[in-house]
Amino acid sequence: MIGPKPEGINVLWLQSGGCGGCTMSLLCADSCNLFEMLSSAGVRFLWHPSLSEETGVEVTRVMERCLSGQVTLDALCVEGSLLRGPNGTGRFHLLAGTGRPMIHWVRELASVARYTVAVGTCAAYGGVTAAGGNPTDACGLQYEGDEPGGLLGVEYRSRSGLPVINVAGCPTHPNWVVETLMCLAFGLFSERDMDALGRPRFYADHLVHHGCTRNEYYEFKASAEKPSDLGCMMENMGCKGTQAHADCNIRLWNSEGSCTRGGYACISCTEPGFEEPGHPFAQTPKIAGIPVGLPTDMPKAWFVALASLSKSATPRRVRENAVSDHQVITPAIRKTRLR
Amino acid sequence: MSRLVVGPFNRVEGDLEVTLEVAAGRVRSARVNSPLYRGFEQILRGKDPMDALVFAPRICGICSVSQSVAAASALANLMKLEPPENGRLATNLILAAENLADHFTHFYLFFMPDFARDVYRHRPWFTAVQARFKAIEGSAAGDALPARAKLLSLMGSMAGKWPHTLSIQPGGSARPVEGGEKIRLYSILREFRRSLEKTLFGDALEAVAGLESARDLEGWMAARAPDASDFRLFLEIAQDLALEKLGRATDRFLSYGTYSQGDGFMFRRGVWDGEFKPLDVDAITEDISHSWMAGPAKPQPPAHGVTQPLAEKPQAYSWCKAPRLNGDVAETGALARQVVNGHPLIRDLVAQSGGNVRNRVIARLLELALVVPAMESWVRALEPGAPFCHHAPVPEEGCGVGLTESARGSLGHWLEVRRGRIHNYQIISPTTWNFSPRDAQGVPGPLEQALVGAPVQEGETVPVAVQHVVRSFDPCMVCTVH
Ligand code: SF4
Ligand code: SF4
Repeated sequence: MIGPKPEGINVLWLQSGGCGGCTMSLLCADSCNLFEMLSSAGVRFLWHPSLSEETGVEVTRVMERCLSGQVTLDALCVEGSLLRGPNGTGRFHLLAGTGRPMIHWVRELASVARYTVAVGTCAAYGGVTAAGGNPTDACGLQYEGDEPGGLLGVEYRSRSGLPVINVAGCPTHPNWVVETLMCLAFGLFSERDMDALGRPRFYADHLVHHGCTRNEYYEFKASAEKPSDLGCMMENMGCKGTQAHADCNIRLWNSEGSCTRGGYACISCTEPGFEEPGHPFAQTPKIAGIPVGLPTDMPKAWFVALASLSKSATPRRVRENAVSDHQVITPAIRKTRLR
Repeated sequence: MSRLVVGPFNRVEGDLEVTLEVAAGRVRSARVNSPLYRGFEQILRGKDPMDALVFAPRICGICSVSQSVAAASALANLMKLEPPENGRLATNLILAAENLADHFTHFYLFFMPDFARDVYRHRPWFTAVQARFKAIEGSAAGDALPARAKLLSLMGSMAGKWPHTLSIQPGGSARPVEGGEKIRLYSILREFRRSLEKTLFGDALEAVAGLESARDLEGWMAARAPDASDFRLFLEIAQDLALEKLGRATDRFLSYGTYSQGDGFMFRRGVWDGEFKPLDVDAITEDISHSWMAGPAKPQPPAHGVTQPLAEKPQAYSWCKAPRLNGDVAETGALARQVVNGHPLIRDLVAQSGGNVRNRVIARLLELALVVPAMESWVRALEPGAPFCHHAPVPEEGCGVGLTESARGSLGHWLEVRRGRIHNYQIISPTTWNFSPRDAQGVPGPLEQALVGAPVQEGETVPVAVQHVVRSFDPCMVCTVH
């Protein structure tokens, strides 16, 4: 039977070099009452920076009780990247009221946590804060980009024996976080449930391409040329949906959305290093007219052959709608009964 | 005189530390420190100008769309591009949805739970407030979270997702609305209106928006039981605790104006210091005398600003720079917006008691009543089939300024492009204004001024009055330093 462990789990949530967007996104969960749902699953917040009552010393006391073992810390959730600069001091983020670098707090708390969870790409891999010249020497909990290591090091394991669970995404989908926490509370999460980059497989074993409403345009290589066009965004607009691991077009955002449904490219925000794609985000890099990043699992020769074949077979409706901001030609009506 | 260091503050977005000098049960002076630096202005240098649309929203998860709008307007300014009417309406709708969700979240999840703290257990309203607003457990969260999620489903439709959309473009919106969708958007707004009218106000939005004076407001209050609605309950608390005497800052108010319509804004641009004045954008400078920043000693206009962190610097105590208007401190936010725009109730309240905890909260809730009807009219005005986005190339050289209003106040982006790349990108966020440190003249920022005189009870390590003042600004610390 599925049910929360009778004792439930205690969650401590800390924010560092991020934007708070993962928390804001969490509050968009479609459930009738997020707090009730979590508490009925046995998920208790020891402290959350945006939600709890405690401020100041009340908070440091909570953290100290976790460290001394008076309170069991089941899940340490960290949102935002870990700032090691300047010069390894961690001074770019001293936790307010404590005068101590946040990275020290995180290292200590991670050593007593049963599970350590990176919420968002910042905390998982470094994320946008590590972009450009990485002025704050930002990294993830257990990764720096796609290099294992990060703040806690390759060898780190939480008390459960698991490495850091990377709920990557910028921001994270509310249900990626809720379901991860619930799996932990229900004792239903093991190393088998994580992919090679530490992401929960329940969402990372999908591609953004799955369920994309532009699939017909993709099939015929009928491509958008400018923002607001309806066509497929892979060829020109920088879309990485055919390579990005996430279920964004299956599990929709804010009830009915996703990046591609919102009219813009998937920039593969669940992937380490997405912040420095090596090209302008909204432009597809190409060699000899062929996109450099081909769909995952697809050999280049096949792609080229299929693309030229499907381009030559594109119906006029699909071709013209692809470069328009509304359907200029509607699908023809056919009798589909067997004749 | 004793010193009190308060932090981390929760229910403010990001990390905040306040150092107080306390004597005879009152705050004598305050220093506000934003202890987190991320370096977005440094990160943006050298990037493709359009990449600002990816980075800017990620400055802040709570004003993500405002950051997008500021970046898109700076680019539009550079590209000499005007969005079509549909693009303008779509941007207004997306921006308004974020701003209203912010006001709503601030009231229910961030601000009100402090009145359910134990220190107030002897107040007559305590039982009602505790049942309704206790952090995480109170019944209000059960009403507010679903209403908020529902409102933000407008983002799912019009912006793909929230936070961090890329649908807002310099030329309008990348997400055209199709014919059948208008009615869906409209019904989202009607549902949000219903929840505001039922639980927040207990009255029609138009009735609240139509309150014209402090006396009107008193009459409105007197006609209702203290627990008739959440707004009414707040007014009860405000009266009992005299929140209009708490948290007064400088009473110079700034608004960049927002929700573009015709050739102006629904809420106009300007400055209020007892009378209305037009805003001179060139009079804005940033002072770094008390910031952990290297650069010229003379305050710089943002177009020429530099951002170079310097962790060891005498006198400095914050990563935040100190923006000034004509060298003066200015407060920004919903109260500033409404006093500048001339809402009669707000003008009257400010005339009587200035900027303070009560008035800031009233102005925020008033905006919910003012903007939802405007959103309904924008949805009606959308014209499916007509263009949503205009297009133009990005020039290799040039400058652009993008000014907008987020829920918590005036937000500006200053962009310079050279040889097709971002040469300089400077951001002044609302909380940078409100939570700025002292300037070279030693003049404290708005929050630092507002905290002076706040009561500190015997034995309080985290004075609750200080928390009310801090949260009354609806601060966003991640934006502040970016
Ligand atoms: S991962 Fe993205 S949304 Fe989450 S904190 Fe980092 S920047 Fe914000
Ligand atoms: S569609 Fe791509 S960029 Fe958008 S949220 Fe999903 S993984 Fe991230």
